[in-house]
Amino acid sequence: MGRYLVRRLLIAIPSLIGISVVLFTVLALAPGDPFEELATNPNIPAAVRAALRVKFGLDDPIAIRYLRWFTAMLHGDWGFSFVSRVDVDVLILQRLPTTLFVIGSSQVLALLIALPVGVYAAARPYSIFDQIASTLAFVGFSLPTFFTGILFILTFSIYLDWLPFVYRTDISATGWQWYWEHIRQAAMPVIVLGLFQGASWTRYVRSAVLDVIRLDYVTTARAKGLAERDVMGRHVVRNALIPVVTLVALQMPAVFGGAIVTEQIFRIPGIGSLLISSILANDTPTVMAVTFVFACLVILFNLLADIIYGWLDPRIAYR
Amino acid sequence: MAGSTRALPTADVSARAIAARKGVSPVLESWRRFRRHRLAVVSTAIFVLIVLTVALGPLWWRVPINDIDFAASLAGPSWQHPFGTDDLGQDLFARVLYGGRISLAVGLAAMLVAVIAGTVIGALAGISRGSVDAALMWLTDLFLSLPQLPLLLLIIYLFRDSLKALAGPEAGVYMLIVAVIGGFRWMPVARLVRAQFFSLREKEFVEAARALGASTTRQVVRHILPNALGPVIVAGTIEVAAAIIAESTLSFLGLGFPPDIPTWGRLLYDAKDYLDIAPHWALFPGAAIFLSVLTINFIGDGLRDTLDPRKVM
Repeated sequence: MGRYLVRRLLIAIPSLIGISVVLFTVLALAPGDPFEELATNPNIPAAVRAALRVKFGLDDPIAIRYLRWFTAMLHGDWGFSFVSRVDVDVLILQRLPTTLFVIGSSQVLALLIALPVGVYAAARPYSIFDQIASTLAFVGFSLPTFFTGILFILTFSIYLDWLPFVYRTDISATGWQWYWEHIRQAAMPVIVLGLFQGASWTRYVRSAVLDVIRLDYVTTARAKGLAERDVMGRHVVRNALIPVVTLVALQMPAVFGGAIVTEQIFRIPGIGSLLISSILANDTPTVMAVTFVFACLVILFNLLADIIYGWLDPRIAYR
Repeated sequence: MAGSTRALPTADVSARAIAARKGVSPVLESWRRFRRHRLAVVSTAIFVLIVLTVALGPLWWRVPINDIDFAASLAGPSWQHPFGTDDLGQDLFARVLYGGRISLAVGLAAMLVAVIAGTVIGALAGISRGSVDAALMWLTDLFLSLPQLPLLLLIIYLFRDSLKALAGPEAGVYMLIVAVIGGFRWMPVARLVRAQFFSLREKEFVEAARALGASTTRQVVRHILPNALGPVIVAGTIEVAAAIIAESTLSFLGLGFPPDIPTWGRLLYDAKDYLDIAPHWALFPGAAIFLSVLTINFIGDGLRDTLDPRKVM
C-alpha cells in the first residue's frame, strides 16, 4: 500500500506541473500590461517604465518567467491581493475550510442517495422503482445547480421561511444553538449540490451493479446459500464500486464548478465566491492563486480516488 | 440433411421476412428503434417546439427586448406580457425568446467545436500508435483533470476586452465563449473516437481496404470514421446540453455575455435579487434552460439505444 501511494504521488507531480504550465501560458498570452497605467501618466518617462519592466523581469523569455513564478509558488510566495490588502495565501486559507466543508458534506449526501437507490434499482431492473429512479435521475442532472438553488430559496426561505439563505460565519450563539444554526444555513447549499451529484452517481451505480449482478460468481454466492444482504454487500457492491470510483474521480472538476455556483447563490464565504469577487474586482494575483488551488484540489481528490481504488481492488494495490 | 428442412413452410416464411427486411433503409431501421424509447420521442417533439418558438417567435411577437416601461415594472404574467416584466418593465417573453436564440446557438456551436476537435485528436491518436498516441492521451488526461469552470472564468476575464475590441461586443464574446466551452469539452469525444479506432482498424473490411492499396487517409475517412460515428453523435447530443449549462453558468455568474444581451443565464442572474417580489422573472428562463437540457439529454439517451450497440451507461 505504501509503495502504491508513493507511486501515485509521483504520477500526480507531472499533472500538477502541466496544469501550472497551462495556467501560466493563459496568463502570459493575455493582453494587458501591468504598467499600463504608467504609460498614460505623462509624469513618468518611458525610460522609467522600461527600467521597471527590466527590474521585474517582464521582458525575459517566457520559460524563465515561468520558472521564476513556479519557484515563488513553491516557496509559498503567492502574491499580494490588491483589493483585500493581505497575502493571497492567508486569504485562501481563511476561506478554504468552508468550501471543503460544503463540498465534503454534499458528496457524502450524494453517496447516501446514490448507493442505496442505484443498488436497489439495479437489483430489480425495469421495475416501477427502477423506472421512477431513472427518470428522476435524468431530471436531477438536467437541473442546473443555479436553478435548483433559486427554486430552493424560493420555496424554503421565501414561501416557507424555514431556512436562512445567506451563509454567515459570525453566528453569535453558543453550544447546541451554534451547531443548529450551522446545520440550518448549510442545509440548502449541501442539498442542492448533493442532489445534483447524487443524480448522476445513481446512474453510474445502477449500470455498474447491473454489469456485476449477472456474473457467475454472484450466482455461486447465492447457490452457497449466502444471505441476500451478504451477496449484495460483499460480492456485488464492492466490485461494482470499482468503475464508479473512476467515474466519480472524472467528475471532480464538475463538482468544484458546482461548488463555485452554489457559493455564489448562497453567499458562502468560500474560495469559489472569492474567485468570482476577485475576477469582478480585477484582482489578478488572487484569481491566479484560487484557480491553482482548485487545480490542486482536483488532483488531490483524484489521488484520493486512486487510494480508494487500491483498497477496493487488491489486484491493483499490490501489483 | 440440410435439404430436408427446405421443404418446411417456416423456412420459406423467414426467408421472405428477411427479404422484406432488406428493403428497410438504415435510417428507417434507426427510427424504428428510436421510437421504442417513448420519452425520447416526446422529448424530440418538445425540443423541436422550443427551437421553432425561439427561432420563429420573434417574427410574430414583435415587442422589442429593450422597451422600458416603468409603469409595468415587475408585473406578473398577463395577456400583455405572457412571462411578466422585469424591474425596468421590459417584456420577459421577448427577452426569453431572444436569449434562447443565443443559448441554443452557443450550445450547438460549442458542440461542433468539441466534436470536431475531439474527433481529430481521437482519430490521430487511434490511427498512429506509439509516442503520438501516448502524447495525445496524456494531453487528454491533463485536460480532464483541469478545473474547468475556474479556467473558463479566468480566460474570459483575461481575453474579453481585447476580443470585444476586435470583433464587437456581441460577436467577440460569442466567439470567445464558444471556443472556450468547446475547447474544454472535447476530451470525452477524443477518448470515444480513439477506442472506436482501436477496434475498427483491425476489422476485416479495413484490412481488405489496406490490402487493395488504400492510403491511410482513405482508410480513415472512407472506412473507419463513418463506422465510428454512432457513439460520436450520441456524445455530441449530450455535449449540446452541457454547453447550454456551461454558457448559462457563465452568464449566471455575471461573466458571460454583456449585460444588455439577455441570455437565459443572464436573466436568472438579474432576477435573483428580486426573488421575493417577482419569482416569475427567474422561473421562466430557468424552466427554459431545464426543459431544453432535459429534452436534449433524453434525446441523447434514445439515440444511444439506437446508434450505440454498446451498453448503456
